[in-house]
Amino acid sequence: MINVLFFAELQERLGKEKITLEAAGMTVAEVIEKWIAAYELPNLEYAMIAVNESYASKETILENGDTIAFIPPVSGG
Amino acid sequence: MTKKYWITNEAIHLEDVVSKVIRPEAGAISTFMGTVREFTHGKRTLSLEYQAYISMAEKKLEQIGEEIEKRWGNTQTAIAHRIGKLDISEIAVVIAVSTPHRKDAFEASRYAIDRIKEIVPIWKKEIWEDGTSWIGNQKENDSYQEEIPTKEEMSHD
Repeated sequence: MINVLFFAELQERLGKEKITLEAAGMTVAEVIEKWIAAYELPNLEYAMIAVNESYASKETILENGDTIAFIPPVSGG
Repeated sequence: MTKKYWITNEAIHLEDVVSKVIRPEAGAISTFMGTVREFTHGKRTLSLEYQAYISMAEKKLEQIGEEIEKRWGNTQTAIAHRIGKLDISEIAVVIAVSTPHRKDAFEASRYAIDRIKEIVPIWKKEIWEDGTSWIGNQKENDSYQEEIPTKEEMSHD
């Protein structure tokens, strides 16, 4: 199982903070194409990707138990 | 509390952050506090709501402390960032950096707040009289398209 986390505007539009997918062996880009794109989330293309709490590229291949997070441009401070 | 980098729902007290970095080798402690501003470009903010990817945000705050140590040397850094609903003038973030001499402390605390706005997964939502909006980035412009870390920044993990 792969956990996918959403924050800020993405979370609000989706209406939940997390989804779980069977996506081991796929890349992040493939996950976006197969599942996430359908939600038509605003500004998704500007979000950075984190895999297991580190910034990662969309080419990252997922392993069972991994957590992907979509990180919209940050605004802390 | 032994953590030097933390995200909290509670009010942050300056002294709690400073106490993490105070030490005999330090001749300077520079602190920065970020507070909730009422007016931005003439528009009145009623309150802010901060959200964080807490576990990753704490790691990224720690990374900033490591970057400071690498860049200036002989530093101690502590950073606390609040989440949840904040009213005007409440403290959102406190940074403390101790160094042997003052110049490094000033520079490093400024570096820390700039880096927070680049790499730490924390977001703020502005609550106005006539609506709300998640703010895209914080170099005080509202484009959603900038401030994506470079590949080099992303590989700092």
